[in-house]
Amino acid sequence: MTIASFTQWICFLALSAAVVVGSLGVVLLPNIVYSAFLLGGVFLSVAGLYLMLNASFVAAAQVLVYVGAVNVLILFAIMLVNKKETLAEIPGLPLRRLLSGGVCAGLFLLLLRVDVTTPWAVPGPSPAGDDATIKIGMHLFSDYLLPFELASVLLLMAMIGAIVLARRDVYTVDVITGENADQALIEKIRTPLLVETAPDRNPALESTR
Amino acid sequence: MMTAPESMTALRAPLAAVSSGLDLQSSFITTLEGYGLTPATAHLLWLPLPMLLVLVAAVVGVLVNVWLERKISAAVQQRIGPEYAGALGVLQPLADGLKLLFKEDIIPARADGLLFTLGPVLVLIPVILSWLVVPFGQHLLISDVGIGVFLWIALSSIQPIGLLMSGYASNNKYSLLGGLRAAAQSISYEIPLALAVLAVVMMSNSLSTIDIVNQQNGAGILSWNIWRQPVGFLIFWICALAECERLPFDLPEAEEELVAGYQTEYAGMKFALFYLGSYINLVLSALLVAVLYLGGWGFPIPVEWLAGAIGQSVDAPLVQVITGSLGIVMTVLKAYLLVFIAILLRWTLPRVRIDQLLDLGWKFLLPIALVNLLVTAGLKLAFPAFFGG
Repeated sequence: MTIASFTQWICFLALSAAVVVGSLGVVLLPNIVYSAFLLGGVFLSVAGLYLMLNASFVAAAQVLVYVGAVNVLILFAIMLVNKKETLAEIPGLPLRRLLSGGVCAGLFLLLLRVDVTTPWAVPGPSPAGDDATIKIGMHLFSDYLLPFELASVLLLMAMIGAIVLARRDVYTVDVITGENADQALIEKIRTPLLVETAPDRNPALESTR
Repeated sequence: MMTAPESMTALRAPLAAVSSGLDLQSSFITTLEGYGLTPATAHLLWLPLPMLLVLVAAVVGVLVNVWLERKISAAVQQRIGPEYAGALGVLQPLADGLKLLFKEDIIPARADGLLFTLGPVLVLIPVILSWLVVPFGQHLLISDVGIGVFLWIALSSIQPIGLLMSGYASNNKYSLLGGLRAAAQSISYEIPLALAVLAVVMMSNSLSTIDIVNQQNGAGILSWNIWRQPVGFLIFWICALAECERLPFDLPEAEEELVAGYQTEYAGMKFALFYLGSYINLVLSALLVAVLYLGGWGFPIPVEWLAGAIGQSVDAPLVQVITGSLGIVMTVLKAYLLVFIAILLRWTLPRVRIDQLLDLGWKFLLPIALVNLLVTAGLKLAFPAFFGG
């Protein structure tokens, strides 16, 4: 065994162990923040596996999209709503855990069987190396154009949905005066907060004096 | 006396001298094979050398940077600045570093010790890894990976996770909010940054930093990308400042008016890691601006013309040694010119508010970067000779 293949073997073992242990941690750890950080670790290890397959562009894209965007957004969501609250007890939790564990084990056995029975072509096709970037670009703009565009429409829909959800508690009627609210005022006011436009009309300030 | 930038150049010169002219790597491996080692073992022994050299160069770059920051800040404010630690205070950054090294390493009692330690490491490692693709000459980089700048963009997207991690682990509301703000700033400026890089990549037909520099060095200073991508240059520079959390975008830290954001609970060496990370990132960003827009290692007049004028072949060993060293000097010079501008900007511009920051990123820079990309694509089709058909 040469040094190069030995190194490769060690890297493969370490990355695979990181993926397996990390994903188990993501599912099993009680602290959701740890799960989210471990998920980032799993994504990074998968990127490492891509790198070992000589797919450097896919590896970098994996890091950029999954670690840099998806995982950061998950963390944002967790940290913005991370309230310490005790959840209501779910009835029959042990049975539910048993059932979901059984489904996962069945899926795992199925995949194992697929792995063992499939005649894998060893060694696989030769890696494209640095030409992969050009090839991926060609495919994205020719035979995979429709899925590519559909994915962008999907993302646009998700974005509009997020905006609608985030702004749903906008009042249509002004609570104090009872008049229809000017929708333009929902945008933030441009003047700095400390500049007071009419101090003597502010009832809150009156009462404190 | 040897000033700091010169000592940096002296550090890197041995690498230049041999590997541009004589190819240090192969001669090193041949020598070791002469002692009866296998080629694989010799290659393995070679591998850590350039990495160590670049790591040392990065750290020395930070020391120079800190000294420059102190001296230029002092000059802007009509002070003298550090003057007792070494001649002109050149040892001051070293003293700063030693002070931080010997400070007590405090982990707050209710903090999450593991994540608290891991956070600064996650901030620093991607920045150091990004030096992999910074070229100082045709063969003077650790690895000419085909995805070049894309690797840098991907790596720099890991940083927000470290910021969020340290903000969360400190168990302090200011730290958490500071971490969220820093991460929000970092991810919102990454998009216009990537779009500005994409326009350059489109002109070079390659993601590799070597190819990007080579495409700019046909006619010396006239062919640098800054003339073809002035808008892209400005977008990239603004975004790079925001990514490095430099003024006018240093809201996560904002030393005069806020608690120090995600760094609040950090002390000693862990704080020094943030400090080191931000300065390495500044040097790295300046180097990448030099590579992407200012012709990288290229001299304002092409060295081929100069060599031809004095009747020397470019391939002569001595000429190669000289051009290699000149390339390193030029890269470092351009980068430190940009660092100088960044430090001047720090003392001339007021800090923006968080809403102004996000407005600037999403409502101004992003559309401008998209238009820049579109115009570049159009120009490339219309004038393929000038915009890299």
